[in-house]
Amino acid sequence: MSMLPQLFFGYFAAAIILMSLLVITRKNPVHSVMWMLLLFFHIASMYLFLNAEFIAAIQVIVYAGAILVLFLFVVLLLNLKDELETDRFIGSWPAGLLVSVAIFVSLAAALKSLVLGQSGNFTVALVQKITHTKALGQILYTEYLFPFEIASLILLIAVIGAIVLAKKRMRSH
Amino acid sequence: MVPLSWYLLLSAAVFSIGVFGFLTRRNIIIMFMSIELMLNAVNISLVAFSHYLQDLRGHILVFFIITVAAAEAAIGLAIIIALFRNKNTVHVDEMHEMKG
Amino acid sequence: MEYYLLIPFLPLAAFLINILFGKAFLKDKAHWVAIPAVAVSWVVSVMTMMEVIGGKTLNQNLYTWILSGDFRVSVGFLIDPLTAIMLIVVTTCSTLIHIYSIGYMHGDKGYYRFFSYLSLFTFCMLMLVMANNFMQLYFGWEGVGLCSYFLIGYYFDKKSAADAGKKAFIVNRFGDFGFGIGIFVIFLTFGTTYYDQVFAQAAGFATKSYSFLGYDVHLMTLIALLLFCGSIGKSAQMPLHVWLPDAMEGPTPVSALIHAATMVTAGVFLVARCNPIFSLSETAMIVVALTGAITSLFAATIGLVQNDLKRIIAYSTVSQLGYMFLACGVGAYTAGVFHLYTHAFFKALLFLCAGSVMHAMGGELNIQKMGNLRKFMPVTYWTMLIASLSIAGVPGLAGFFSKDEILWLAYSGASPVGKLVWGMGTLVAFLTAFYSFRLIFLTFHGSFRGTHEQEHHLHESPKSMIIPLMLLCVGAVAAGWVGIPHLVGGGAHFTEFMRPVLGHAEGHGTHSEEWMVMAISVAVGFTGIGLAYFMYMLRPDLPGKLTQQFSGVHRILFNKYYVDELYSAVIIRPTIWIAKNVLIGITDAKIIEAIVNGVPAAIGGFSQQLRRVQTGLMHHYAVFMAMGVLVIAAIMLLRAL
Repeated sequence: MSMLPQLFFGYFAAAIILMSLLVITRKNPVHSVMWMLLLFFHIASMYLFLNAEFIAAIQVIVYAGAILVLFLFVVLLLNLKDELETDRFIGSWPAGLLVSVAIFVSLAAALKSLVLGQSGNFTVALVQKITHTKALGQILYTEYLFPFEIASLILLIAVIGAIVLAKKRMRSH
Repeated sequence: MVPLSWYLLLSAAVFSIGVFGFLTRRNIIIMFMSIELMLNAVNISLVAFSHYLQDLRGHILVFFIITVAAAEAAIGLAIIIALFRNKNTVHVDEMHEMKG
Repeated sequence: MEYYLLIPFLPLAAFLINILFGKAFLKDKAHWVAIPAVAVSWVVSVMTMMEVIGGKTLNQNLYTWILSGDFRVSVGFLIDPLTAIMLIVVTTCSTLIHIYSIGYMHGDKGYYRFFSYLSLFTFCMLMLVMANNFMQLYFGWEGVGLCSYFLIGYYFDKKSAADAGKKAFIVNRFGDFGFGIGIFVIFLTFGTTYYDQVFAQAAGFATKSYSFLGYDVHLMTLIALLLFCGSIGKSAQMPLHVWLPDAMEGPTPVSALIHAATMVTAGVFLVARCNPIFSLSETAMIVVALTGAITSLFAATIGLVQNDLKRIIAYSTVSQLGYMFLACGVGAYTAGVFHLYTHAFFKALLFLCAGSVMHAMGGELNIQKMGNLRKFMPVTYWTMLIASLSIAGVPGLAGFFSKDEILWLAYSGASPVGKLVWGMGTLVAFLTAFYSFRLIFLTFHGSFRGTHEQEHHLHESPKSMIIPLMLLCVGAVAAGWVGIPHLVGGGAHFTEFMRPVLGHAEGHGTHSEEWMVMAISVAVGFTGIGLAYFMYMLRPDLPGKLTQQFSGVHRILFNKYYVDELYSAVIIRPTIWIAKNVLIGITDAKIIEAIVNGVPAAIGGFSQQLRRVQTGLMHHYAVFMAMGVLVIAAIMLLRAL
C-alpha cells in the first residue's frame, strides 16, 4: 500500500485551511473572493476522492460559477476605496478568536464519541457501476421529489426577493 | 485509506475559521463569505460521512444545502446592496440603530 | 317527543332576532317575532303535557357542555309531571303577558328591547324548569335573575328603577351564594349533578354527617338548607324579601310575569324538585315551613296598610310564596306546586289589572287617590274582582282549592309544626282577604279622589290588554278545578298526576275535621272581605281613626317593620364604611397601589440595566449566539462522557 491517498489528502487539507484563512484575512474583498474561488476548486477535488462526482460538478458550477461571481459583482458595485484604509477586524477580535477556537476544540472532542451507524446499499462499486449522477438522480426524483420541488420554489422566491430588495425605491412625490 | 476522522477534523477547522471570520471582520461582505465557508465545511463532513457509510442521503443533503446557499447568497447580497445604498457603508460596526 | 326542544329554543331565537335586528328594523313590530315564538312554545307545551298525562316521561342529555374529569355537565332535559306543569304555567302566562305588553308598552322607545328581554326571560325560565341537572338549573336560575335585573331597571334613566334593579341583583346574590355552595356539596357528596343519580343515591346518605369545625353537620340538612338559601333569595322569603316590593319599579307586565307568576316561584319549584333531599331532613323541613309561615304572615300584615297599588300586590305575592313554602315544609309538595300553579293565574291577573288601572290613571299608583273606577273600566273591575275573590279563597275559584289543600295538609300532616303553621296560615288567609278587598274598595268603589285631569282621562284599556285579562280570568276561576279534593266530590287529579314526582302527603284526619278546616278557611275569608266592606264602604272614617288609635303599630307596618332601615344600618352602612376607610384608604392606596406602581417601577429599573446588553452591534449578537452554541455543545459532550 502506498501513502498516496494520505499525501493527496495532506496537500488538499493544508491548502483548504490555508485558503480559508486567506479568505477571511484579506483586506481587499476582491482578493478574498479570488482565494475563495481557488478554495472551492480544491473542495471540489476533494469531493472527487470521495466518489461524489456530481457534487463536485455542482460545487464548481454553482458555487464557483454562480455564487462567487455574484459576490464579485457586488464587491465591485460598492465603493471600496476607503476599505483599504480602515481596520479589517473589530477591536475585540481576541474574543472572537477564543470562541472559534473553543468551537474547534469541542468539535474535535466530539470525535472521540463518534460511532458510525449502519452502512447503506450504495457501495463504491455500485455507484461506480451505475454512475454517481444516475444514482443520485434516482433517489432525488423518487424519494426526495417533494423536497426537490420545494427547493425550486425557494430559488424562485429568492430570485423575486433579490430583485425587490435590490431595486431602487421610487420616491413618491 | 484516509480515516474518516481526518475529514471531520478538516471540516471542523474550516468551520471554526468561518466562525472566526464572521465574529471578527467588519466588512459585511467578508462576513457573508465566512458563512459560505461554514456551509462548505458542513458539506465536506456530509460528503465524507456519505462515502464512509455508503449512503447517498448525505449527497442529497449537500445538494439541498447548495441550493439554499445560492438562494441565501442572492437575498443576502441584495440586502447588502440596499444597506449600502442607505448607509453608504459596508462596515457592520458602524450600524447600531437597534441599540436599546 | 323530540319536538319539546322547540319550547325553550323558540323564545331564544326570538330574543336573538329582536336584540340583533330590533333597533334597526323591527322597532315597534318586535312583538311579531316574540309572540308567535312564545305562542308556539305554548302549543308545544300543551302537546307535551298531553303526552305526560299519557304516562310518558323523558330524561335526555342533548349536548355535553363541560367535561372535566369526573365532572360532567350537559345541556339536558327532564320532562316529567312537575316540569310539564311548570311549562304550562310559564308558557301560558308568558304568552298572555306578551300580548298584554303590546298595548301596555305601546309607543315606548325601548319596545324591541322590552320584547327581547321578555323572550330571553322565557328561554331562561324554561331552561330552568326543564333542566335534568343542577348546573343547568343554576344556569336558568342566574339567567332569570339577570333578566329580572334588566327588566326591573328597564326604565334605567329613572334612578329608583336602576337602584331597585341593583337591589334585586345584590340581595339575590346572598341567596345564590348558598345555592352555589349547595351544588358544590351535592357534587362532593354524590359525584354528579344529575337529578336522577343524585336523588337515587340520596336515601343512602340519609344518616351521613359532615364534621365541620368540630360540629357534626347532618349532610342532607346541610344540602337542603343551602339549596333553600337560593329559594329564599329567588322567592323573596324572609329575610331576603326586601327586593321584591322594590322590583315593582319595572313595567307592570314584568311584575306580572317575573315577579308574580314565574321567576319568584322558581324557589318553590326548586324545593319541590329536590323533595327527595328535603324529605330526608326534618330540620330543613321545619325551617322551610316556619320560614314560609312567618314570611307569609309578615308580608300580609305589611300589605294591610300600604297605599301603593303594585306594592300591595307585591306583598301579597311574598305572602303567597310563603304559603307555598309552608306547604312544602309540611311535606305537601303537591299542594305547594298546586298553589304555585293557581297563584300564577290570579296573581298575574291582579298585576295586569293593576297595570290597566295605572294605564288609565296616567301612572298613578296611590290607591288613596283613586275610587269609583268601576264606572270607567268595567272589564278591569270585574276581572280584578274575580282575581281577588280567588285569592281570598272563595269556594269554587282556583285559589280556594289550593289554599284549602295546603291548610288541610298542614293541619293533618305529620309535621311537628303543622298545627302552628296551620294557625298562621289561617290568619294569613283572613288578612289576605282583607287587604285584597281594601284594594278593590278603595280603587273601584266610593268616589273618585284624584285630580280633574285624571278623571277626564279615565278610560278602559285597549283590546290587546283586555283580552289577556279575560283569558287569565278564566284561569283564575277554573285552574283549580283540576285539583278538586275527594271530600267535595272531585277527583284530586292534580295530586294523582304529581304523585310519581312529588309523592303524596296523606292527611291524618277525619272527614269532619277536613270539613272543619275548610269551613274555617272559608269563614275567615268572608270575614276578611266583610271587614274590608265595613271599614271602607260603610264607615270610611274608621280607618283614619284606627290609624290614630294604633299609630305605633301602623307606623311599624307602614314602614315594613323597618327591615330596609335595619339592613341599611347593619349591612349597607358598615360595608360602605369599610369600603371607604379600609379598602380604599388602606388596601387600595397603600397596598394595591404600592404593588401596582412598584412592580412596573422595578421592572423599569431592571430594564434600564438590561438594555445595555442591546448594543445594536451585530458582532455582539453573533458572539452571544456562538457562546450559546458552545454551551449546548459542552453539555452534550459532558453527557456523552
